[in-house]
Amino acid sequence: MSTPYARLPAWADYGLIPVINLIVAFAVAGLVVLLVGENPFRAAAIMVEGAFGSGRNIAYTLYYSTSFIFTGLAVAVAFHGGLFNIGGEGQAYIGGLGVALVCLTFDSILPWWLTFPLAIIGAAAVGAAWALVPAYLQAKRGSHIVITTIMFNFIAASLMVYLLVGPLKPQGSMAPQTRTFLEGGQLPKLNWLMESFGFAVRSSPFNISFLLALVCAFLVWLLIWRTRLGYEIRTQGFSPKAARYAGIGEARIIIITMMISGALAGMMALNPVMGDQNRLQLDFVTGAGFVGIAVALMGRSHPAGIVPAAILFGMLYQGGAELAFEMPSISRDMIVIIQGLVILFAGALEHMFRPSIQALFASISPRSAGVVAAKREGA
Amino acid sequence: MADAAIELAGINKSFGAVHANRDIHLEIPRGTIHGIIGENGAGKSTLMSILYGFYQADSGEIRVNGKPTTISTPNDAIATGIGMVHQHFMLVQNFTVLENVMLGAEGEALLKSSIAKARSELIRLEKEYGLEVNPNAIIEELPVGLQQRVEILKALYRGADILILDEPTGVLTPAEADHLFRILAQLKDEGKTVVLITHKLREIMAITDNVSVMRQGQMVATRKTSETTVEELAELMVGRRVLLRVQKDEGKPGDFKLSVKNLTVKDSRGVTMVDDVSLDVRAGEIVGIAGVAGNGQSELLETIAGIRRAESGTVLLDGKPIDVTGTADPGELRDRGLAHVPEDRHYVGLVLPFEEYENSILGYHDHAQYLKGPFLDIEAIRADARDKIEKYDIRPSNERLKTANFSGGNQQKIVLAREIEKDPGVLIVGQPTRGVDVGAIEFIHKRLIAMRDAGKAVLLVSVELDEIRSLSDRILVMFDGRVVGERDGEASEGELGLLMAGVERQEAAQ
Repeated sequence: MSTPYARLPAWADYGLIPVINLIVAFAVAGLVVLLVGENPFRAAAIMVEGAFGSGRNIAYTLYYSTSFIFTGLAVAVAFHGGLFNIGGEGQAYIGGLGVALVCLTFDSILPWWLTFPLAIIGAAAVGAAWALVPAYLQAKRGSHIVITTIMFNFIAASLMVYLLVGPLKPQGSMAPQTRTFLEGGQLPKLNWLMESFGFAVRSSPFNISFLLALVCAFLVWLLIWRTRLGYEIRTQGFSPKAARYAGIGEARIIIITMMISGALAGMMALNPVMGDQNRLQLDFVTGAGFVGIAVALMGRSHPAGIVPAAILFGMLYQGGAELAFEMPSISRDMIVIIQGLVILFAGALEHMFRPSIQALFASISPRSAGVVAAKREGA
Repeated sequence: MADAAIELAGINKSFGAVHANRDIHLEIPRGTIHGIIGENGAGKSTLMSILYGFYQADSGEIRVNGKPTTISTPNDAIATGIGMVHQHFMLVQNFTVLENVMLGAEGEALLKSSIAKARSELIRLEKEYGLEVNPNAIIEELPVGLQQRVEILKALYRGADILILDEPTGVLTPAEADHLFRILAQLKDEGKTVVLITHKLREIMAITDNVSVMRQGQMVATRKTSETTVEELAELMVGRRVLLRVQKDEGKPGDFKLSVKNLTVKDSRGVTMVDDVSLDVRAGEIVGIAGVAGNGQSELLETIAGIRRAESGTVLLDGKPIDVTGTADPGELRDRGLAHVPEDRHYVGLVLPFEEYENSILGYHDHAQYLKGPFLDIEAIRADARDKIEKYDIRPSNERLKTANFSGGNQQKIVLAREIEKDPGVLIVGQPTRGVDVGAIEFIHKRLIAMRDAGKAVLLVSVELDEIRSLSDRILVMFDGRVVGERDGEASEGELGLLMAGVERQEAAQ
């Protein structure tokens, strides 16, 4: 039986539905704020103010967003190949190792603009290698990628603890971290960019890897929709049977897709490690790998959706931190609840409002009537 | 005339600008078998969905047994005595027959007493209508014909007086279909009303009392079956004259293009699906493989196409071997001139969420003409897709439309255009017209004949006996993984039907 839902115009599909989902998420979050006895409108104001209120706040928001763009793209690429890469967290964490090794080696002899491309390669290579093992196990042994990538998150975490309390820690230091990189291992800040928009920024971690993230977003679009490899990835993702029919090697696509995904996740490490902290620390990823899943879901796995979704989550991170500071009764955990609600409504319940919106469109806009119309014109 | 079991008066249903049902008037007399035919998208399914409570009509009235009735959910439909047997069975595979029949009418929290009640009621129904099935049999162990019987029993158990069957014979052998028709005739004798939705004109003629034809959302005609002909119905459905049997000249078979020798294929569980099959297809002939679905035809096609691995045996393409037991690859075979129209166009032959032009290169996406370095040459691909759309009259003629939004016939044309336009020497085709409307069937058949006349070798697998008989120069019948007989294209339906049921083989074994 045909399902005669109307096809939605792109602006509704990619704009209206996410906005409605967001509004509902914030409405429910508002109820939670009300429940702990605070004024939700004031909380919202503090949050927005905290995220966008000043040049410095915006810079912080974009700094967080940078990480989320990388991890969101990583999850999205895997999605297109029908793979659920939950290992972004571990791939990003281990990617930091690639960044740190390059920086520790070259920071005294090369300027930053030569260290940077080497660090990109290092981060991407280590992240890709970390994704390769689960990919190989999936492709050749059928071990489910969700399980193996989760397990690899733990292996990455343990490995990094070992390295940071052992081999990578400078002699005599008490802190589980590498030495601070010299100037050749530090990325320049983007304060000038903020200032060119008329914002005053004194100190912020917002750095040039944001621009790299935007370039990656474009490259992912190019890969997925304009290359032969992207075509094969999408075919495999939508229908493995069709891929086999078309002579597309399943194992090859799984491995390549996961390595690209791992490389993107690994590059996330550039932002905090080389752009902000200038040393490799424990737990620098702080959940960005998992936020990437929500970002990819909300951005419909399209770079044009992922960038704004990443900025939204950057806002939640930065604004949430300010909110926890301003309203003591709203703890850091409350912020996590609010973020969780956004993930729930924007990601997991993405289809909740879709049928009614489609029905609405079908009744008001003749042009959007899809499935049945097409059949009618048919032979 | 008997009074009406169902009357529909002025039913309208729109989805946006699409008028799926336009002012439908229909009267189905009680105690008759009423056929509804029409092409895909003609509005049959929408109409039946309104009757069964899946959709609400925008306007119009439904009268059941003369009383105006509102049917908002399938439960309302069941309560008014309307039962439906879906095309795809709604059965829980690992439940018993009895459990399936009870499903949705379980009674109290503890099943003990209701099971006993259900069992006796089920046995009574089975006796009354000659629908014998073992109530304790597990559904997945039953043949399709019996599963369908369980669906009918489910409807009767809920007290259905009016039974709607949606394309009931698609999955049945001719013999099983005949049995179904006897059951339907018996239901009719018991005073039940049967509504039969189908696109098979032969069935309409064989079993119905009255027939209504739908076209483009409208009820264009209702006839007494005894006063109409297949030709008239086909014309009413399509709106123009249709050739039901394609014209073809005597074939001129040439060289051997495809030779299969002693091919054996097992599935993942180790069950032998293709058992020592040998066959040849020569240039300029169509070899048809008849058989009930599930007798190894699909596996045979997939193995030849390089998708599935064989256990043993050889396949020669133009005299050179295909490594069917090892490394055969569909891409390599395409380059060697073997094109494949798969049985399942939804998940194999097409990627439905893709735009049409993206599907027009599936499998050929590594050909230089579609590439610029690592990039797809989008302009070239779209131009190529537009060419094929024009040549194969694919509608709507928009290569940017999602493939899922094309009708079955047009989707199949997309696949055929892609495979035929590469000018392959050998074409293997599975179920080319499954779920395809009459107008497109004619077109597809003509294309296949044209391939043959151009000196290509065509291997055709279909469960539609009519199709096999009208297209094939030679017919092989498969049963239980083996080729159990070969006949020429003139073989009678009865003869093939017996072979398909494995009769000859069983006799030989005795």
